[in-house]
Amino acid sequence: MPFHSHIKPGDYLTLLGGVAFTIWVTVAVWSGGIADTALIRSGGKVFKEVPLSRDQQIEVPGPLGVSIITIEKRRARISSDPSPRQYCVRQGWLQQAGEIAICLPNEVSVELTGGEKKYDSLNY
Amino acid sequence: MRIENRAKTVAAGSARRSIPDHRSSIRLDTTAEDHHIAKMAAVALGLTVLENAIPSPLPGVKPGLANIVTLIVLARFGWRAAAWVSLLRVVAGSLLFGNFLAPGFFLSLSGAVCSLAVLALSMHFPQRWFGAVTDSILAAFAHIAGQMAVVYLWLIPHSGIAYLIPIFATAALVFGTVNGLIAARFMDNTQNHPLPLEGEG
Repeated sequence: MPFHSHIKPGDYLTLLGGVAFTIWVTVAVWSGGIADTALIRSGGKVFKEVPLSRDQQIEVPGPLGVSIITIEKRRARISSDPSPRQYCVRQGWLQQAGEIAICLPNEVSVELTGGEKKYDSLNY
Repeated sequence: MRIENRAKTVAAGSARRSIPDHRSSIRLDTTAEDHHIAKMAAVALGLTVLENAIPSPLPGVKPGLANIVTLIVLARFGWRAAAWVSLLRVVAGSLLFGNFLAPGFFLSLSGAVCSLAVLALSMHFPQRWFGAVTDSILAAFAHIAGQMAVVYLWLIPHSGIAYLIPIFATAALVFGTVNGLIAARFMDNTQNHPLPLEGEG
């Protein structure tokens, strides 16, 4: 039997297809929708809905004190909060639709929403 | 092993002089192919144990070395033998690790079943152009697809797990390719001088 490799030309094609598929999946899944609005909640109720297009700071009162939400360059973050562990502050900038920062003790949250809400942990 | 083998088990057992006749035991009349499948499954099982000793950066991301055996069996002995080896490995492996009928077992099973389904198609690709690497990559993707389906439909019915798909897809691509290359290389090496793996049965 003449020797020939078990690696065939079509295998490279499959590999290429696999790479393309993986890249496509990654882009499709990890680049969430473009956010255009920040939805600010306080005590479970919508406090304010602001567009991301305008840079501003919003003061949101909660049971512990005032949380400050900063909107800048189409991003939003909680820049100051009276909660003891500062989880929501340390979460940093939110950029994609569906991202959310919650300050539980102060009952303040900011959620980015876009044209199409893909993954919403509150939905299920 | 065919089902009808079981039916003629008792008769065959008592008819054979060479085998000690324990009246209380049931003897399965096994064929050479059965023995061969069992051997291959044992090799696959060994690889599974080996691979479990390798720490994984993320639960669920495993090289799937046992699939190298499945690929070789598929190329040499056809889909039926490959299915036997793969499923025996899943069941025996789960018994070995103590997670039979536990979630991990069903994840393995769904992955294996999906892989086998895809292999049933990919093995009919023109042999001239597509080899073990193609089979391996496609099977690896089918494997994670099957697992993600079980995870989503049963274990974590939350769309958030979609975020993990790129990680699993990358792992499938890398390990699928590597396993395919190993299988192809193995078959290259044993083409002219068969190793014991090719065994007479």
